[in-house]
Amino acid sequence: MPLILRKLFRRRIVLAAAIALAVVALISLFAGPLSGLDPNETAVSQRLSKPSSAHLLGTDELGRDLFARIAFGGRYSLTIALLTAVGSVAAGTLLGLVAGFFRRLDAPVMRVVDAMMSFPDILLAIALVGILGPSMINVVLALVLVYTPRVARVVRASTLVVRELLFVEAARAVGVSTIRILWRHILPNLMSPILVQASFIFAYAILAEAALSFLGVGVPPEIPTWGTMVAGSQQYAHQALWIVLFPGLAIIVTALSLQLLGDGIRDLLDPRLRKSM
Amino acid sequence: MNRLEVRNLSTFFDTDEGLIRSVADVSFNIRAGKTTAIVGESGSGKSVTSLTLMRLLPRTASTQVSGQALFVNRTGQTLDLLTLAEPQMRAIRGNEVAMIFQEPMTSLNPVFTIGEQIAESLRLHKGLDHAAAMAQALRMLELVEIPAAAQRVREYPHQLSGGMRQRVMIALAMACDPTLLIADEPTTALDVTIQAQILALMRRLQADTGMSILFITHNLGVVAHHADDVAVMYAGRIVEAAPVNNLFAQPQHPYTQGLLACLPGQQRKLAVQKDGKRRLYAIRGQVSSPLAPPPGCAFEPRCDKAIAACREAMPALRVDDAGGSARCILVPEAA
Repeated sequence: MPLILRKLFRRRIVLAAAIALAVVALISLFAGPLSGLDPNETAVSQRLSKPSSAHLLGTDELGRDLFARIAFGGRYSLTIALLTAVGSVAAGTLLGLVAGFFRRLDAPVMRVVDAMMSFPDILLAIALVGILGPSMINVVLALVLVYTPRVARVVRASTLVVRELLFVEAARAVGVSTIRILWRHILPNLMSPILVQASFIFAYAILAEAALSFLGVGVPPEIPTWGTMVAGSQQYAHQALWIVLFPGLAIIVTALSLQLLGDGIRDLLDPRLRKSM
Repeated sequence: MNRLEVRNLSTFFDTDEGLIRSVADVSFNIRAGKTTAIVGESGSGKSVTSLTLMRLLPRTASTQVSGQALFVNRTGQTLDLLTLAEPQMRAIRGNEVAMIFQEPMTSLNPVFTIGEQIAESLRLHKGLDHAAAMAQALRMLELVEIPAAAQRVREYPHQLSGGMRQRVMIALAMACDPTLLIADEPTTALDVTIQAQILALMRRLQADTGMSILFITHNLGVVAHHADDVAVMYAGRIVEAAPVNNLFAQPQHPYTQGLLACLPGQQRKLAVQKDGKRRLYAIRGQVSSPLAPPPGCAFEPRCDKAIAACREAMPALRVDDAGGSARCILVPEAA
């Protein structure tokens, strides 16, 4: 195992988180063949049946297999979260780099970012999805808009530090153009804060997607995500706890594992915190 | 032939407290294949002079530059570095005019191998592909006498010592075979034995390639050994300029005389003081604030030889018979 991974996994909890994530990802990825079931196949005769050998995690109010739905739902939930993380990191990095490097653009860009940050996350997302209409892509768009300012702030702060380092001036003295300095000399030096932000946003996005779906302004109910599953089955919770419990557990395990992994990455990359390992 | 002729260079910084003239009316020449040293204490404007010539003044500062810097490139064209368009300037930086900085510890990008960093310059200016540039980078490391260069070329800056990194910086600067090397206190951050090695290396490279060097330093010992011409700066102006031997043998300006008298070696030649102890000489007072310069000669408040006339106006540079010049009204003018 490479040294960096061994360092990362020196804390047991980080290793456990990584394994949990790997399991979730594998199940979601191979959901179809693994369960051999259609997540949308209804069987009213078997509605709300308890976990058994036929239905590993039981069935929901329409008799759909819960395990299959969680596995398929993971695909959507993880995809939405991943796209959100990638999108907001890309947009936030661009904004942060520009604001941090070019003095004149700093104030205008960051005031817009501040304005966006002043809205409560979920409220802003609800408003955006409300305007755009509920669909998977719109949920991703709304969440990207919500999380972009966070990344922009962090990247700007780090850019302010890095741009003053002598190697940037040295690169200029070699005749490197501004664009290339940003791309080749500054961006790679920002990778550790960006990576940490990405892992946290991944976790937030899973929670946010679930929250939006639960509130009915997220993904349309016919698409199984963990959020829509909890939302759709809450009224049956007093009869069949498992149909709320298992999707909820999936959300908790995934978000928590991502947070722990993010913590681990941050500790690994930030020398000042490394001692606490 | 002069590689670079700097004419009446002035650099102003527009600050909240007012316009500061950091470099004032500076003129000097750098002969082809020779070394010109600019000597001065901190804040005398020597680094600003070099950054102005490279057009690398911080973008955060609002600066005004006037004067001319006529540079003769490889093909014999004369270009004014101060008025060139930015893309042309970029083609000159690192290619015709290279620079080494004071701090080798932070001048290299921590996330790239040193080979890649040298290769970047070659790819930019010589259009080499990756493999050719890396091969040339390896040759450059060998040229600057880095042991086990084939292994070092794949290492990161943190794996190298300060002296090694300064060698890498020199390799980086030399990669495109520049005609002018600007060295801004290249050895200040290094210990004395490494200093000597680096200076010897720069000298050898100069002999091999015929490049000119603009050497910025406050170390008079280094100047005496390595420069051909010297310009002494004080408060943004050149107060004395002369060929190196003349300057050290017969300093004209009281400031230059004071600087030389400060050297411990000079001290032994001076008379023992009243209390029987030999003391190091120090120029009294400190540099005047650039916001409130003295009305006359900038050095007048600290000068042991000052007379009333010194307070009236900034003296002009007076050229003497031996090819030197000094900015002092006490220096006799050439006939």
